[in-house]
Amino acid sequence: MKPTTSPLQRVNDFVVKFANVNGSGSASANLLFAKAILRMGVPVAPRNIFPSNIQGLPTWFEVRINERGWRGRRGGIDLMVAMNPQTWDEDLKEIEPGGYLFYDSTKPLPASKFRDDITVVGIPLTGICNREYTDARQRQLFKNIIYVGALSALLEIEPEVIAELIGEQYKGKEALLKPNVQAMQMGRNHALNNLDCPLGIRVRRANAVGERIFIEGNSAAALGAVYGGATVAAWYPITPSSSLAEAFTRHCKRYRTDPATGKARYAIIQAEDELSSIGIVMGAAWNGARAFTCTSGPGISLMQEFIGLGYFAEVPAVIFDVQRGSPSTGMPTRTQQADIVSCAYASHGDTKHVLLFPEDPKEAFEFSALSFDLADRLQTPIFVMLDLDIGMQDWLCDPLTWDDKRHLDRGKVMTYEMLEAGKDFGRYLDVDGDGIPYRTYPGTHPTRGSYFTRGSTKDRYARYTEDGATYVDNVQRLLRKFETAKQLVPAPVRRNAAQPTRFGAIYFGSTAPAMDETLASLAATGIHIDTLRIRAFPFHDSVTDFIAAHDQVFVVEQNRDAQLRSLLVNELVIDPARLIPVLHYDGTPITARFIGSEIAEKLAMFNVTPLRKVAP
Amino acid sequence: MTYLAKPKLHHPELPRNKLGFTHRDYEGTVSTLCAGCGHDSISAAVIQAFYELDIAPHRVAKLSGIGCSSKTPTYFLGSSHGFNSVHGRMPSVLTGANLANRDLIYLGVSGDGDSASIGLGQFAHSMRRGVNMVYIVENNGVYGLTKGQFSATADKGSKSKRGVINSDEPIDMVMLALQLGATLVARSFSGDKTQLIPIIKAAVQHPGAAFIDVISPCVAFNNHAGSTKSYDFVREHNEAVNRLDFMPMHSEITTDYAPGSVQEVMQHDGSVLRLRKVRDDYDASDRIGAMNYLQQRHAEGEIVTGLLYVHADPLDMHAALNTIESPLNQLGEKELVPGAAALEKFNAMLR
Repeated sequence: MKPTTSPLQRVNDFVVKFANVNGSGSASANLLFAKAILRMGVPVAPRNIFPSNIQGLPTWFEVRINERGWRGRRGGIDLMVAMNPQTWDEDLKEIEPGGYLFYDSTKPLPASKFRDDITVVGIPLTGICNREYTDARQRQLFKNIIYVGALSALLEIEPEVIAELIGEQYKGKEALLKPNVQAMQMGRNHALNNLDCPLGIRVRRANAVGERIFIEGNSAAALGAVYGGATVAAWYPITPSSSLAEAFTRHCKRYRTDPATGKARYAIIQAEDELSSIGIVMGAAWNGARAFTCTSGPGISLMQEFIGLGYFAEVPAVIFDVQRGSPSTGMPTRTQQADIVSCAYASHGDTKHVLLFPEDPKEAFEFSALSFDLADRLQTPIFVMLDLDIGMQDWLCDPLTWDDKRHLDRGKVMTYEMLEAGKDFGRYLDVDGDGIPYRTYPGTHPTRGSYFTRGSTKDRYARYTEDGATYVDNVQRLLRKFETAKQLVPAPVRRNAAQPTRFGAIYFGSTAPAMDETLASLAATGIHIDTLRIRAFPFHDSVTDFIAAHDQVFVVEQNRDAQLRSLLVNELVIDPARLIPVLHYDGTPITARFIGSEIAEKLAMFNVTPLRKVAP
Repeated sequence: MTYLAKPKLHHPELPRNKLGFTHRDYEGTVSTLCAGCGHDSISAAVIQAFYELDIAPHRVAKLSGIGCSSKTPTYFLGSSHGFNSVHGRMPSVLTGANLANRDLIYLGVSGDGDSASIGLGQFAHSMRRGVNMVYIVENNGVYGLTKGQFSATADKGSKSKRGVINSDEPIDMVMLALQLGATLVARSFSGDKTQLIPIIKAAVQHPGAAFIDVISPCVAFNNHAGSTKSYDFVREHNEAVNRLDFMPMHSEITTDYAPGSVQEVMQHDGSVLRLRKVRDDYDASDRIGAMNYLQQRHAEGEIVTGLLYVHADPLDMHAALNTIESPLNQLGEKELVPGAAALEKFNAMLR
């Protein structure tokens, strides 16, 4: 049947979504599909949209194929690979007019189950599998590879590339290699013989990937911890942060095994809960090791008391918060940027903490390594604010780099020699005016430099006191230290529009790729906006300057309550009317379409008329 | 007040240990606990034990939670680093500290509120992991700092100072420690220093998780008739199974023991724990036997004390983790940072 809307015609610019059942083995086949396109030199941005479940619930894998390299989620689906009857109706609704549906046509479906404005492509996948395989598990697993093969014909993905990837995956397991390649060929041949190949959307070999790598943020952050010199990690399993700890374990086995003895130059503890995780980190860091924990929002809630101790007793610590949809259990397998306030002011009492906001896995690696220097330099907990989108999805990003001339900054540590030379040691004595005192590691000197660490009030020499003036003296110094932090954390990245403009936008973290794309599409329609990507809290002075330089500033974030905006208003004493929230919080990654239309709509209220209508 | 240090006047002829330290070098600031508090006796025993073991104070890290007991680390080993952490969370902080530097001696001090209530989970898991430490619970059955509420170790039927009868079952920390895999378990009484000091010494030398439950009466809130943690009650019901002589490595045997009255436990480092048996039928190397015995005596209302269980050659947390011998906090960039070339190879795997 010919669709009522003419079929989409696009090369290297479309979105494919696979609708599967969790636990059916689809994940590796879908990743194979994405990697094959990448190997053809065409950038992809895949996203696994998975349930909090091991088997049975719906799961999706969305791949954006885009030669320009936009890494954000686009919104809308051009080709739906509908493999899950449970979600059929919803999945079909998502297809763009003129789009394509690929489905298992073994069992005939009534016409009412389809749409007349899309192209429908059916392959009897179950029928083929039942004919070719006797084993139930094989029937299931090879079905996935067969549809990858069929798609290679429909989308003009080079079969040699898929075979090469299968070869890499099953290297040394030849018994698995051959049947997988055969299944792929079987699907491909079926499509070539029975269907109109290719579709209007297709892949064409390009040279748009270059040296870039394909990596999950959690793995990159974990590697950053290895390069940052972390030796102690304590964690408690929680989605979406568990894979960070698991990646750290893998990286350590590879890079931190003592070659002579086979012994570990690291210690990783899967603790009994998040309270213990952060306690272990505090103890290790207090004792001079670089230590971290990784968790998500609920874990941050549990760690509050210890985080306050870390702030007040000035213990270095690194906390990776891989944010998910919350409050409470919330949407544990969806993404949000909703822990900004709870981390910035974590704990009872007056506290403020340093937060870092990486935009992608590459920055996750860099900020992770940097966070250990900052923790030691500032002697305070440092939060690396990832989210599920950065942490658990494979991102195409620039290769990770390291300068061998770089040294770990262990901060102000008084050594045996300094103590022996009679240097005055006051654990909370601000000797340099930057609010940062010296510390000693336990066991340094037989008679000098020991002190008592406590959460209660103490004087500059760490002696217990309940004197109000001494308390004030100490917490004022902590504010000076926070001021010092401003200069040490990554500065914001400003990007000026092609033309002078009264409008600005502030954003951070995983919103970055969608924002990049939004700016390009807005500029194409004649809307110009300066942007500032915030990379850390406390805010650099240039954030105030940026807001002052614009009449209105959009603050784009992925939470309901405009948390970063609250922080800006509160910390920089900004008139809230100047900051216009643009908020996306349904648990899906923010899209350029969403930001673009929100900004265009809001600008319309200020009588800014674009030269052309904003592209969807 | 804790910020009033003791005067630094040393008697010129104070005896010195092998390292040249006097007893005073193992003291801390003046105690702020109530006069007669059992905890102060425990602090004195800690001071004596470390002095006699010839351990330099700065090689010890002392950690505690929150409560009266957790205040005591300021009253001993003034040249040691101390960490008065979060209520019930000393075990995790100590575990982390131990991971960072396996060369120091870790002394965890806690109370029954800190370890049996809010911190029961952390207590349990630090024992499970076999953290090489001395974990002392100063057990008085009552919350002292908040003025006399029952704690989870208070015996069922025990009477509070205000006359309330405790209706909940008590938690026996010794039984838990045995069950959870502590490799040295003891119970003692703050009023019996001759028993307590050798037990602390043995625990310090023990290369694994050593747990000591010390019944330590609270003179302010739990020392009245009807309490099962009062000085009088504990003295009347104390049933010591053995008396410990701690023999450092290669020391000569100078005491004569009646045949069959001694159980010797050779430690991994060559030192010997010599247990003078008070109960002939008690075998301190039999964990299950110890648990059965404790249950039986408890049912008869007795408080069993002594070195209750010791494993001669335990494996600690570092053994399980296979960590390198040198402390992790002393590793340098060369050992920690893989460098640019390794990173390029890593990148190549991701294309």
